[in-house]
Formats: sequence, structure tokens, C-alpha cells
Amino acid sequence: MRIAGKGLIDRSTSVGFRFDGQSFAGHPGDTLASALLANGVKLVGRSFKYHRPRGVLTAGSEEPNALVEVLEEHQQTPNVRATMQEIYEGLTAQSQNRWPSLRHDLLSVNDLAAPFLSAGFYYKTFMWPRAFWEKLYEPAIRRAAGLGRLSGRHDEAVYEKAWAHCDLLVIGSGPTGLMAALTAAHAGADVILADESARMGGRLLAETGQIDGQSGPDWVAGVLAELAALPNVRLMTRTTVTGAHDDGTFGALERVGLHLAPQAGLPRECFWRIVARRSVLAAGALERPIAFRNNDRPGIMLASAIRSFLNRYGVAAGQRVTLFANTDAARQTARDLQSAGIPVAGVIDPRPDASLSEEFPVYAGAEVIDTAGRLALSEITIRHKGNVTRIETDLLGLSGGWNPSLHLTCHLNGRPLWSPEIAAFVPAPGAVPGLIAAGSAAGVFSTARCLADGAAAARRALGDIGRTAPDLPIPQAEDGSYEIQPVWAVPGKGRAWLDFANDVTVKDVKLSVQENFRSVEHMKRYTTQGMAPDQGKNSNVAALAVLADATGRGIPETGTTTFRPPFSPVSIAAIGAGGRATGFAPQRFLTSDQASRDRGAPMIEAGLWYRPSYFPRPGETTWREACDREVTMVRSTVGVTDVSTLGKIDIQGADAARFLDLVYINTFSTLPLARVRYGLMLREDGMVLDDGTTARLDDSHFLMTTTTAAAGQVMRHLDFVQQAFCANWDVRTISVTESWAQFAVAGPLARRLVSAFLETPADLPFMGCAAVRLGGVAARLFRISFSGEEGYEIAVPARYGEALFRDLLARAETLGGGAYGMEALNVLRIEKGFITHAEIHGRVTAFDIGLDRMVSQGKDCIGKAAARRPGLTGAEREQLVGLRSKSGAAISAGAHLFTPGDAVGRATDQGYVTSVGFSPTLGAWLALGFLKNGRGRIGETIRLVDHLRGIDVLCEVADPVFHDREGVKLRA
Amino acid sequence: MRYSGLKVITEGVFGNTGWRPAWRDPAPKPEYDTIIIGGGGHGLATAYYLAKNHGLTNIAVLEKGWIGSGNIGRNTTIVRANYFLPGNSEFYSHSLKLWEGMEAELNYNVMHSQRGLINLFHSDGQRDAFVRRGNAMINQGDDAILLDREGVREHLPYLDFEQTRFPIYGGLLHPRGGSARHDAVAWGYARGADRRGVDLIQNCEVTGIEIEGGRVTGVQTTRGAIRARKVGIIVAGRSGQVAAMAGMRLPIESHILQAFVTEGLKPVINHVVSFGMGHFYISQSDKGGLVFGGDLDFYASYASRGNLPMVEHVMEAGMTLMPMIGRAKVLRSWGGIMDMTPDGSPIIDRTHIDGLFIDCGWNYGGFKAVPASGWCMAHLMATGQPHEVARRFRLDRFATGHLLDEEGTGSQHNLH
Amino acid sequence: MRIPCPLCGPRDRREFYYYGAEDYLNRPAPDAPPEAWDNYLHLRDNPAGITRDLWYHETGCASWLLITRNTVTHEIRDVVLVADRTVPKPAPRQRAAT
Repeated sequence: MRIAGKGLIDRSTSVGFRFDGQSFAGHPGDTLASALLANGVKLVGRSFKYHRPRGVLTAGSEEPNALVEVLEEHQQTPNVRATMQEIYEGLTAQSQNRWPSLRHDLLSVNDLAAPFLSAGFYYKTFMWPRAFWEKLYEPAIRRAAGLGRLSGRHDEAVYEKAWAHCDLLVIGSGPTGLMAALTAAHAGADVILADESARMGGRLLAETGQIDGQSGPDWVAGVLAELAALPNVRLMTRTTVTGAHDDGTFGALERVGLHLAPQAGLPRECFWRIVARRSVLAAGALERPIAFRNNDRPGIMLASAIRSFLNRYGVAAGQRVTLFANTDAARQTARDLQSAGIPVAGVIDPRPDASLSEEFPVYAGAEVIDTAGRLALSEITIRHKGNVTRIETDLLGLSGGWNPSLHLTCHLNGRPLWSPEIAAFVPAPGAVPGLIAAGSAAGVFSTARCLADGAAAARRALGDIGRTAPDLPIPQAEDGSYEIQPVWAVPGKGRAWLDFANDVTVKDVKLSVQENFRSVEHMKRYTTQGMAPDQGKNSNVAALAVLADATGRGIPETGTTTFRPPFSPVSIAAIGAGGRATGFAPQRFLTSDQASRDRGAPMIEAGLWYRPSYFPRPGETTWREACDREVTMVRSTVGVTDVSTLGKIDIQGADAARFLDLVYINTFSTLPLARVRYGLMLREDGMVLDDGTTARLDDSHFLMTTTTAAAGQVMRHLDFVQQAFCANWDVRTISVTESWAQFAVAGPLARRLVSAFLETPADLPFMGCAAVRLGGVAARLFRISFSGEEGYEIAVPARYGEALFRDLLARAETLGGGAYGMEALNVLRIEKGFITHAEIHGRVTAFDIGLDRMVSQGKDCIGKAAARRPGLTGAEREQLVGLRSKSGAAISAGAHLFTPGDAVGRATDQGYVTSVGFSPTLGAWLALGFLKNGRGRIGETIRLVDHLRGIDVLCEVADPVFHDREGVKLRA
Repeated sequence: MRYSGLKVITEGVFGNTGWRPAWRDPAPKPEYDTIIIGGGGHGLATAYYLAKNHGLTNIAVLEKGWIGSGNIGRNTTIVRANYFLPGNSEFYSHSLKLWEGMEAELNYNVMHSQRGLINLFHSDGQRDAFVRRGNAMINQGDDAILLDREGVREHLPYLDFEQTRFPIYGGLLHPRGGSARHDAVAWGYARGADRRGVDLIQNCEVTGIEIEGGRVTGVQTTRGAIRARKVGIIVAGRSGQVAAMAGMRLPIESHILQAFVTEGLKPVINHVVSFGMGHFYISQSDKGGLVFGGDLDFYASYASRGNLPMVEHVMEAGMTLMPMIGRAKVLRSWGGIMDMTPDGSPIIDRTHIDGLFIDCGWNYGGFKAVPASGWCMAHLMATGQPHEVARRFRLDRFATGHLLDEEGTGSQHNLH
Repeated sequence: MRIPCPLCGPRDRREFYYYGAEDYLNRPAPDAPPEAWDNYLHLRDNPAGITRDLWYHETGCASWLLITRNTVTHEIRDVVLVADRTVPKPAPRQRAAT
């Protein structure tokens, strides 16, 4: 019911929305909860376990009951807090975790079965017969559990991520936060003021007290206007600071578009990383309910929430109100309602000496012991002076005191301290370096003192970073005292709820103690207390108190569970913004990318790069046809392929050669000028890190190439070796991978093709290199080969890459050649026995691949000592071999090898296959693999078994080099 | 007290007043035959199997905090036997068999659910590596099925097959893989050990290890000295600190692994799914939360909490792989402390001190290993001989080069 | 987590690559006994408290950093360039003729 003249909503405009198929109207400024309450809707959800009818309990993000699904076309968002969802024209929401309807939910039968569903019951049953768990029990449990539903469709909406930096981050914009922000702003500091609500002001928007003679909202508006006018202040509404991390880094979620109808391009949410030199936690406090029998019916709300709905939204949440509260301050709820014309049927105050002088009945020393009403509260039962009385009421306000919102101070493992004065935990000072908790978040519970505390916190924070803040006058405001006698749970029969969201009752906590789950963490885990969407914000302290009582320990001795990030739940899409589709990782494109695509080449992922798989010709229907043709083309005429993805590292300095000697197993200081040498590099643990060629361009200038896969790792490794072990040497390294486009030209006609481009002929020997010019451009030419044919690689500055590639292809085609892709490249190298990271997979030594003789004996190198460990040199190690299918049947990579006649099993495993290809050159399936004592078994027959693909083939063990073993073609 | 559906009903009828403590809270005796340092999953399972398999009952488990307060209470609950190196294969295979009988063994529902594990691959090279793995699993006697892209689509229709950064080539399905309720495993073993006479002593921190003449003679604790002839250190996450009490330096660096759970949702993910091109694995708990994780934060830490870069990376991976989870909200994140070894495999071995044994180095694969680790550690402590399926988990294998490096990333602790 | 790079100033942790403990700087002589190599490559003090470890400003200045920090609180005490550290380096081999 709306109350005339109350609230901060715009009553001149009506906003239509739907809930559970029914149309309603609210006003701009309403949340779904306030608009539903205004329309008299109290039943909004069902509880998790017992499917009890539930209504709105709070007015904030801590809401445990009023979780709904918000629907869009083809999409829906589960577990939306009705208390945070602002309404917009066309908003469509529905209740969740009920079937078939909210009013008639079949699973409410669980409520009747409650005696059998006590804490942890599922650990004790559903064990027999075993097969029934996965087939029957578990599926039923899974269907019954859970809250809202995901649509199952891709979330196509827009999300963003951003960074912000500031001197002072103020978290929360109530009296404390506003004064902190104002103080810091006037000191000239860069200030970010963040508040999770749509509107700044915190509790000041929900209370009727005055500040400096103004209403709370008016005073807030004045301060905000002042802040907004300052260039050094950023005001962030709808922004929840969700996590405190190291060194002043905070995560924050801004709800950019959730209060609006979905619009193309408008982000739903933005996840901020805020880096603050200092911060003030002014997040306020949360009121706590009281546990008693049937304290969970719709119509039972927090006293402060009732005031929020009345004063901020102009909604009376009921028509005949009662209050169960143990502080004087909570009575303001009754006063506010009464002055709005809502009858107050009684205030039940458990304090025997509570003041009786009110304009409504007060029951001092009384307790609520039960409630009634099937889908909404209709009456309460109280015990007063030994008598049991029933009071008719449809709205019961609860206040068991307040808990400071100290959650962020626990994110770096800070443990809060128990304050007996306010019967609550308060933040441990310094729990988050650079963060000062102030105001109610630090247990300061009067408006006047919050204003002063906010200003003081800002001054202290700025003082820490060497700024002087002005001593602003502190406005006049309410300065009441806070005297509390804690009441956690009213003794009695029946179920008294602690954790509304997870349906945890006082009985459950007591049962956990009875079964010796007495530590607070055991109790939490056994009962699931505090593990629901509200993260125990409404219930952890009370549950702890019940536990302390049941175990005979004090609360401080009992301890607390830890609050962990996020403060309130954050969507995966927001934190993962930017990761959708191809955004997950950078895409690296060759200079020849477009030219390759123009020729119809499928581009496949190779690490972050895209490389052409093959270049189809008309009439070819499979990749194999193209691959076989390209292999034959390279072997018979000439092929061109882009090898720019290989890492290229420029190494210069008088000690460059000596440096290479240290990082390669073989010697480079003896490499003549204008020559290229194959090098093998080990990790310090003796395993092969990478291989490649290094060219000597000048006496003190080398160019190293790495594999595509290990380019980054090798660069890092070289930097480490250089900076850690030879920082005083004259050598510098830098990656030039992107600076050069490099193309391999291979085949019997390679020299003809290359010569056609050179301004001056270069007659390079095998493994020679030269600076050349082509088309007026300075380029580099290397005579190296990864195919086994006579081969050259031409490198030009990257900006000429595409043009050169197109020219090379055009010219190659006139020679009967053309482009070849990754598939052909792979077959060519298998035929030639060249290894890739399929072979050097990190568990392989130089010994395993037959290159241990390359290890120079006359010098140290990285990895040399560790490679001598007995386990890395033993005869039992698997060694690189070639394999050739004997029958001609296809073979497969990933197959395991067995001695024919042996049983197939782990114990008889002889090795495995790493790379496979069909060789059109030899007309046979070839493979590389590792075989125990492989080099000693050349010529033997081995059985190749691939269970997964159903392949079981006999192979001949061969030398890994199948093609041109003597290297005649290479050196032609 | 034996648990059963009937018991739950009769107790319910009589007000649940008859449930007895799941375990006792004994005061420590001055002497035991055997002391287990660490009341986590591995320590409790070791105590259980020492009692069950070897008839030893004069045993104390000393726990610094509360039973199950370590990584057994902070993990993503995945149970699998999909290793490919000899030494690991047989161990995890044995462990999975123990999981399959755990409820009956412990009379405790640990909710072990073999919902199937699918490891996705995204290139030909990855496929070959997974085929090698799958074949090794079958050679070991476990199960594996190779799925092509369409096969994956049948199981996981909600993946982004069209736009994801690294196309889905297929997956390796391990039908017997799945998940379990992590806390229940600790509680089940604790209850089982207690029923066999093992003293579980909580809030009892070991502060020193007593050694005389190269033999262990007992421990010092915050609750006094306790003598014992055999002591097992089973404190993954804190192995270095406890081993240092015996003068040992371990091949371990401690790292933080974060994990995440969302608010409860109706069933949407049935399998355990892992992404091959980013660090992301996910399943849905019986309670409805999506439970997922990624890789280490990558710097040595004992902070039990992480930082945003890995949080963001994990969520970004989730969004490229299965964008239907975008609207699920992360409810809680946490960080566990991992014993990272230089080859990613664990250690179950004797030490240089007679009577002192160590079980550590579980990297981030300790949960699924709990039953076999307990089984093998108990065998080692009772018989003095390594169990057949754990004989390669030696402390000196790094020095000798007999490595078990599944990832192939070498001696850098955080890369496994 | 923010790391104060001596060359670039405080930067977010995601710009850095972590390698491991300071031990990796103490490379044994080539002929050192196997125990020395085991210590260098594998065994770690792994303190819960102050440690010194190696980070690489990979997406920044490519400097390797030696950082003194607390593994329990993540507080960073000191950052120096590995190349500038004062501990003795292993004796370099004589430069080979080219």
C-alpha cells in the first residue's frame, strides 16, 4: 500500500511490469520488491529445502528470500534480488524453485517431512543399493535442489571491464561515506565514491531524522551536488565493491544496464578493477532478525527494511504492524508507521526494563514464540509475564541489533573482533592495509558520530599519503545511544529459522553439536549455515551465538567463519567480460593471412597464430588430396610456405657467441660468419627446451630462430640466463618475431625461384646466409630446410610480407609449384625425421632423440649437469624411432606400442606414437614415436594399438629419417 | 551407530534425539604406537586403513585445527583416474576403485557420483596427446572414450561450438570420472577411524618432532609431548614447515589455487568438463552450485586467498567455452595451499629418520587420491615397504631423475 | 597485487611472470656434486613468511626482478633487478675464439 507524501519515487509516472504472469504498475525509483509490496504482493518465493512460502525480508542486497528470475526474450537471469532489481517498463519477472506455481508448490511436502530432513541427513542414507545413487536418488536430489534456472543459451549480452585509479576509494555513501568523500574531495584528492544502490545516501534515504535542520535526502542531495561539481570526484552509483585484494586493488561491479530494458550495445554490467592508494569502508551495518518458531513467513521483515520501504519508497508493507525488537532505535519503525497512519498492534521488547512510554502498546520482557498464516502472516503468539497471547498482525518487524558490514575487511584473512558493547563483530584494524573502516561499518551507531567518523577517516587516510585535509564542520544530527541485550533465538519447540535462504534452523545447529560437529566450520559445513546466496549476512552471527550457547563456549572463543570475496554475488559474464568468443586470447595473423584466405586455405589455430592448413585446388574434395599434392609438389618442383610464426631473437654484442655457447648444447662460437647452425637447447633440468637454427650475421650479431610454440618461453629463458648469470657480459637480446615476414621456399626448383627475386645472385651453400636485396628492399636469405629438399628462407621487413608472398606464389606457379600448408609441412618433416614439440614434449632428453652426441664436451651449458642424472640416461628410456605401417593400414598418433605376442596392458607398454602422416613420397603410413631401447630395435616389428580408434597394426621400427637419409637433396 | 534410511526415519519420528557424536573428542594419551600429523583427508584415510587393513589401533591423529580443515574442505571435488605415466596410472586407478566402494566401506554417503569427465581438446596436437592418455587409461584397465566434435555436442550441447576462440575438436570422455562431497570424505574416514579406536585429537598443533639417534621417538604439541615409535607427516599445504622440524628440506613450493562456486541453480551441467586451452574446469554440485576452478595464482604463497588476474582468466575461459553460464553469479571464492613438486606428482616415502614417514606433494590433485594415499601410506607405515601402486612416489626421484612429469613442464614447481 | 618494478614503477601483477625462489640464481659449478644440483633445482626452504623470489616483467621492460616479500600477507618489501644484485656470480668461462 502506498502512503501519500512519502518516498523518493516519481509518482507522476507509472511503470508497468509483470510478476508471475500478472501485470502491475509501480513508479520510477521502485525496486521490484517495493513495487510488489505496494501492490500487496507478499508471497514472492519458496525456500530452498522445505519450499516454505517466503516474502521480502530486507530492502537490500543481503535479501535471502525474494530471489526471482528476470526474463528476456530467449534469455533469463536467475536469483535476482527483488530488493535490488529496479523496475522498468516491461520488466518481466517470475518466482523460482517452485512447481507448478508459487502458491501451490508440490515440493512443499518437504515441509511436512522436515523431521527426516534434519541437518546432514543425506550423509546417512541413499547408500543402498549402490546403483540407485546415480540413477535414482541423486537425480531426484539435483532436481529438487538449486534455485533459479539458467536459460541454457549463450549469453550474448554485452559486458565490460575497466580500470580506475584514485587516491581514496570510499565504499558506501551513507553519512560516513559522504563526509569521507567530501573531506577528501576538498583536500584535492582523486576520490571515487561507490555505492551499490541506485541512489546515494545509504540509510539517510530511509530514515526520518534531520541533518543540520534538513531532511536526510535533502542534505544528501546538497552534498552530492557539491561533489559532482568537483573534477577530482567520481561518483559511482549501482556499483558494489565486491572484493578487497592486495595492494589497494578492489573489484567492483557496476550494474550499468540492469535497471533498463535491454538495448543493443548497452552493457549489462561493468566489472571494475579499482586501484586505490587508500580506502574508507563506509558500508554501514545490517540489521539482524531473531530466531523463533515460524519466524519465516511472508510479512515478517527486518524493522529497518520496513522503514526503508516506507520512507524511501512510500510503501507500507502491511496494515497492522507489530515489532519484535531489542533496541530503542528499532522502535522508530513503529513510530514512522504510526505517523503514516498504520496501526501498531504492539511492540514486543525482550528487555524486561524496556521503556513503556510510547503511543502504542509495548510488551516489555516479552517474546514472540510462534506465528500463523499459510501464505502470509496473520497473527503472532507472544509470551509476556507468563501469559501466552495472540496478536493479529500482517507485518512483523524484527530487530535483533545490527552487524557492521565488515565483509571486505575479511578478504585478506582478517579476523573480526567481538565487541560485547554492541554484541557484534567489528573489523580488526589494519585487516586490509590502507583501508579504514568507519561509521556503522566499524560499529559506530549514531548518525552524528558516523558523520564525524567519516570525516576523521578521510583525514587519516589522506595524512598517510602526505595530504592535509580540511577540518570540515560536522553537521548536527541524531546522536542516540545504542544499548542492546542480545536475543538470538527464543527458546521453545518447533523450527526457528536462522538461515532463511538455506533453511537452517536452531535445531539443526543443536543437532550438529549433538553429533560433535562443534567447531564453527564443522557446524557451517554440516548444516550449510551461511552458504546460501546471502552468504550468511542475515544469520551467521546468530548461528554462531546458538552454537556458542550449545557448546557452552563464549562467542569470541567459538570464532567466526571467514567472509570471502565477492561481497555479493557477481555474474561470471561480468568478471569474464571480454572473454566471449574470440576475445579470450589474442589472435595473431600472418602477413600472408589474407592471401592465404584468398586462395581458399582453411586457417587453423597454432598457438595464438592462424596458419593455413592446406591450399585446395579445384576438384580436390578432401584435405588429404591437397596435402598429398603439396608434398609431391615440394619434392618435385617448388613450394612456398609462411614460416613467420617461428620465434626470431636478435642477439648482439661482443659476448654474443659465448652466450649462445651457454644456452645451446652445441658450440656456436665456432660458427663462421654468414653461416647457420642447428642448435638444441635444454632446460636447466636437462630436458629439451627447444630447437632451431641460429645464423651469424656478423662477428657479434646473431639471429636465433625458435619453434612457434616455444618462442615466448625461449625469450624469457634467454633474458633470465643473461641477467642472472652473465649480466656483465656484452650481450643483448630482443625478440624481432613480428618485425620480419619469413617464407620458406623448398624443392628442386627453389633456387630458380629465389634467384628470380634477387637483385644480385647469391650462391649460398647449405646452411649459409646472406644479406640480399629484392625489389629495392633489404632482405635476408638463409639456406635452411625443414622439408629435406633444397630450401631457402627469405625474410623481409613485415610490411613487405604480403606482397612478397603473393609474388612468390605467382612465380612458383609458373614453375609448376605453389603454396603449401601446415599439413604438407608436417608430412614433409615426418618423412625427414625432423622433430617438433609433438616429440620434444618436455619429458624428452637429447639422449632420447639421439642428439646427445651434439653436447659439446668442452664447455658448460644450461641443462648439462642435470641431464647426467641416472634416470635421464638409462637404457629403459624410450628413444625416438620411425615407424612404418607394414600392411599399409592407417596408423595413428597417440597409439601405444607393444612387442607382438605380449599381452596389451600397462605393464607391457613399450612406447607410443607422437606424429603420423601418410607419405605420398613413399606411399606408406609413417610415424615418429618413442620406443624403449628403440635405436637398438631398428628393423624389428612392433605392434601399434590405439584402443580409442580401434587400430591394431604391425609396424616396422625404422630410423626416423625415411627420406634422403644422406642429405643429398638438401645439399644439392 | 550404523546409518541407514531406516535409521533416519526412526530418528525423525523420535525427534532426532538419538544421533550420537560422529567421533569422540579424546584427550591425548602420553604415548601411541603411531602418530599421524594432520587430520585432513589423507591423514584420516591413513589412520583408517592402518586400523582396518593392518589391525593397528593405538593411533592418534593430531590436527592443528578442526578435522578436514585443509584442502579436503577446499577443492573442486573431482574424482578421476586419467593419468598416463606408469607410476601414476596404477595409483589413481587403485584410488578410483576405492572410491567406488567408499559408501559401503564407511557407511557414510560421500555422494560419489560418476557423472563422467570430459577433457576437451582444441587442436590436432592436443588430440594426439589425449589419445595417448586415453590409451594409457585403457591399458591400465580404466575407461576412456574418444569423442569427436559431434560426440562432444551430444554430451555438452551448450558449449559454444561456433564462436569460441579455440574450436572444439573433440573430447576424451572418462565415464567413471565424476565428483564427490568433499567434507563428507573427511567425516566418513574420521568416523570410521574413530569407530576402530583411533584417537582424533583436534586443536592440537605439532610444534616439534623428537628424534634420538636417528630414530623418531615422538612429537611436541600444543597439548604436551606425545611419544610414538612411528610418525607420519601428512600435512599437504604445510609440509615444508613440519618436515623442517625433522631437519628436512623438501622438493616443494607452496602455491595458491583458487576455486569458485556460484549460487544454486537448477541442473544445467551434468558432467565434469575441462577446457584444453585455458585453465578452466567445472561441474555442478548436487546442491546446485557451479563449482569451478582454474590454475594457480602462480606465485609462492600461504595466504589461502588469491588475486584478480586468475579470477578474471578463469571467468573469461568460462565465457569463451560455455557462455550460457554468464548469468550465474559467483557466490564465493577461496584459495587452497598446494604442495607443488618439481614434476607434479606426489611423495609417499620413508625419510632419512627411522620411523618417520611422509605423504605430501599432492599438487592440486590430492582430493581424488585420498583413499589410495591413505591405503598406501598405511601400508608403508605398517610394513615398512612401499605399496606396489605407490612405489614410484619416492622422495629422491628428483635427485635421481626418475620423474613422473605428466605436464612435461619440468623442474619449475608452479608449472604442474 | 602490484609490483613496484624498479624501471617501470608499480604495475599490476598480471604483467609479471613468476619463476620461483631465489635458489635459481645460485647455479652450481658444472662439476658440483648431484646434491648441489638437487638443491638448486628442486629443494626449497619454502618459508611461510619472508622469502626472496624471481619475477620477470614480461609485458613490460623484460627485466628479471628479485623480490623480497611475505608469502603469508603478500606484502612486498624490496625489489631489485636481478642484473644489479650484488651476490657473486658464477665464474664465467673464458671467451671462445670466433
